[in-house]
Amino acid sequence: MKIHEYQARDLLASYGIPTNSGQVARTPEEAKSIAAGIGKQVVIKAQVHTGGRGKAGGVKLAGNPDEAFEKASAILGMDIKGFTVDRVLVADAVDIGQEIYLGFTISRDDASIVLILSAAGGVDIEEVAASTPEKIAKVLIDPTVGLQPFQIRQAMFEAKIDKQYHKAMGDIIRKLYSAYVGSDAELAEINPLCITTDGQVLAIDAKMTIDDNALYRQTELLGLREAGADMDEYEKLAKEEGLTYVHLPGGNVGIAGNGAGLVMTTMDVVKRAGGSPNNFLDFGGSATQEGVEKGLRAILRDPDVQGIFINVFGGITRTDVVAKGIVEAYDTLPRQVPIVIRLTGTREEIAKEILDNCGKPLVFAASMWEGAQKIVELIGKGAAGA
Amino acid sequence: MAILVNNESRVCVQGITGHEGSFHASAMLDYGTQVVCGVTPGKGGQVFEHEGHKVPVFDTMAQAIEETGCDVSCVFVPPPMAADAVSEAAEAGIELIACITEGIPVLDGLRQYNYIARYGATMIGPNCPGLVSVGMCKVGIMPARIFSPQPGPVGLISRSGTLTYEVVNALTENGLGQSTCIGIGGDPIIGTTFLDLLMEFEEDPDTEVVVVIGEIGGSDEEMAAEFVKEMSKPVVGFISGRTAPPGKRMGHAGAIVSGNTGTAASKVAAFEEAGIVLASLTMEIPGLVKTALGK
Repeated sequence: MKIHEYQARDLLASYGIPTNSGQVARTPEEAKSIAAGIGKQVVIKAQVHTGGRGKAGGVKLAGNPDEAFEKASAILGMDIKGFTVDRVLVADAVDIGQEIYLGFTISRDDASIVLILSAAGGVDIEEVAASTPEKIAKVLIDPTVGLQPFQIRQAMFEAKIDKQYHKAMGDIIRKLYSAYVGSDAELAEINPLCITTDGQVLAIDAKMTIDDNALYRQTELLGLREAGADMDEYEKLAKEEGLTYVHLPGGNVGIAGNGAGLVMTTMDVVKRAGGSPNNFLDFGGSATQEGVEKGLRAILRDPDVQGIFINVFGGITRTDVVAKGIVEAYDTLPRQVPIVIRLTGTREEIAKEILDNCGKPLVFAASMWEGAQKIVELIGKGAAGA
Repeated sequence: MAILVNNESRVCVQGITGHEGSFHASAMLDYGTQVVCGVTPGKGGQVFEHEGHKVPVFDTMAQAIEETGCDVSCVFVPPPMAADAVSEAAEAGIELIACITEGIPVLDGLRQYNYIARYGATMIGPNCPGLVSVGMCKVGIMPARIFSPQPGPVGLISRSGTLTYEVVNALTENGLGQSTCIGIGGDPIIGTTFLDLLMEFEEDPDTEVVVVIGEIGGSDEEMAAEFVKEMSKPVVGFISGRTAPPGKRMGHAGAIVSGNTGTAASKVAAFEEAGIVLASLTMEIPGLVKTALGK
């Protein structure tokens, strides 16, 4: 789960990390009054769950409260990569001396938490990693014992941080680690962490992603969840219904099945057969009738879907029950498109008979490849007839 | 003699009194697995019964080992307690732990991964279907009917559940028997990787060819490919997720393309460079395995 910059700043401040003063505004009037409170030049930043907001014009400076009103009016309502801006952060525009990157994340390959520190902050850290990797200090942390003081020193010396700031920065590194672990984050970064011209060390921008699996024990953060913060409309609706669905806009074949690996492979196979997958939908290990019906409705919301391929590998699932469920649900679906159903498992001969004799455009397939070819062929015919 | 588990393995089911645990304990017994005990804290003293089998239930893993000498554990404990259950098993002295549970918080998984390493325990998973040594021992949730009736020369390693079933089933239908099949799990941090198991298969006299089913996300496939270059046995590979859009999680927590890492293209390239015979469709796998076996 992503949280907004202003929410991450508040969370870090609650762990004692110093930030420049700032508040969130939902209207130009609010922005004006926050700017008046700060009493000097402010920066107004769009709060959206996507990157590249600076390039999109979502970050502007304002010299006085009236200008803050004007700039906030321009940013609020703006569309950035499909997200409408409904909030802005109004913050003190500090005099920046040096910009540092500080972050914690998980290194999959090392099965560790990794501390990343770089004096080349303020820009995309992945670009720094690609062009000048020597400017990045990385320290692996054993998660069973946690971050050690020597590791903090090691990172600061390696990143060539001026010694006069070691105390203040070391304190921030330690606190960010506490915030990272304490809020079950997958990523916590401060970029930039600024050394101001008057020698303060301040978190200017913050980004955090919280582990969805841990939200059951992060009840305070749960309130920050925004349905579909990084999803499109189809994905939002599916998520609300408890479905595991990913949309691939523009595709013409709906894809569903049981098990993530199998569904991903089904998408690949449909592509190979000449179709274009419209989505990824995993019914979960056992495909129940209710789950299948709900899944089909979600897939059919996109008018681009001209046909569906359902691929169920039944370990213990009774395939005749799945087939019967689809036949019964078919007429109640919002649209009737051809559906190819690949079923393997207990009683698959009966499942085939049920589909063959149902009098609806429901087609049985014995293998994944056969099913992919059939659905592409059926859609082709449909398009030619239309 | 297959790898990891065999007919001498003595299996404990953690969470045996729960819905999933009891269902799959029964299925494991049906396959012929020696399920010698179960553990559910607070339910010690109960007896789990299935078709004439009587399986004692204990409160702690320490008691279970003391009383039954179990050496393999299969974890069906809900996500908030699963990492703890795995750590308990490792500390008590279990050598192989298959963790089926999906949805363990990442930091719990990380701590538990590093903790159990101290005890020399091997974990399969989490978020995995378990493993089967054909004709000897089934640990986890894989459906028994897909495996060959008799052991055979094909070893299989996969990150996925149902995709594993798909491929194992196709092997069996084509008369290609299996030695051991392992689902290593779809989480970002897993206990046992492709590389670990390829090393085991390389040493196993019963395995003549290994099938590796990879998917997008992480770099386990790339690391495994490096080792394949040194292997004496042929490897047949498959990569799932060629059409997955970047930045989106494809069901599995670990199946995500971040930036330029974890892409299907990078994995395919690594496999090809290592001389792995690559199937572009799962249905091609049995034919490629036959060729590799010289049939």
